[in-house]
Amino acid sequence: MVWPEFGRYGRVWSPWREMERLQQDMNRLLSRESTPYSTTFPAVNIWASDQDVIVTAEVPGVDPENLDITVAENVLKLTGSRKPEELKPGEVSHRQERVSGEFTRTFRLPYAVDSGKVDASCEKGILEVRLPRAEADKPKKITIKSQN
Amino acid sequence: MAEKEMQKREASSPVETERTKNMKFFIPRVDICETKDAIVLLADMPGVDEKSVDITLEKNVLTLSGRVEPETHEGYRSAYVEYEAGDYERAFTLSDEIDRDRIEASVKNGVLRLTLPKAEPVKLRKINVKSA
Repeated sequence: MVWPEFGRYGRVWSPWREMERLQQDMNRLLSRESTPYSTTFPAVNIWASDQDVIVTAEVPGVDPENLDITVAENVLKLTGSRKPEELKPGEVSHRQERVSGEFTRTFRLPYAVDSGKVDASCEKGILEVRLPRAEADKPKKITIKSQN
Repeated sequence: MAEKEMQKREASSPVETERTKNMKFFIPRVDICETKDAIVLLADMPGVDEKSVDITLEKNVLTLSGRVEPETHEGYRSAYVEYEAGDYERAFTLSDEIDRDRIEASVKNGVLRLTLPKAEPVKLRKINVKSA
């Protein structure tokens, strides 16, 4: 049997590779049950009040310069990258649990925010973005004029 | 939302001892690599700085622990949760070949970097074989 070997190079569709991938997917799904431990990076919390939203994210090891925050109306997008630790020749990796590479996360905020007044800080590996609610979006109190 | 997963792995049981604080604690993710003359450990501990991390080496058990201030935002309600703040703790058993006096640790952007130099006598020595 020669033909399944082609699949290894990604040129020819191989049923074996499909099976392998299916198996990997199944394993991943099943193992999730026992370890509620995902690789979504970074983890994000969102806090809201009537006036503004605070988004915090755990970004350990991410240089704030490699972090981009964009806001459009009520959608916040976080993109960035974390550099992998490169092994020099002669170095051996014993454990690799930390994730690295590029990430993008998009969130819908509870209301539209004023993108001009967004304030972000990054301390101890925790990013905190404060997004004030857009004036136009704030609830307005309507006074009722009495006719008398 | 219902099927969301917590992003940090919660410790299933305390590390031998129980803690006095009734607070969750987490196992930091680590990378460990071995260089020619040291073992380098990197641990993700967001929320920890150089003042709130403790590293102890007792016999050959290396314990990392980090204290994290709980995240509170006065007057805000929680709209979406993926992680919880809590202390970190993890212990490793080391071999005897570590030079204890030269262990170095630093924390940057919530990542602890620990360099454990190998003790001198254990370093590989190349023995030249002379031809007779």
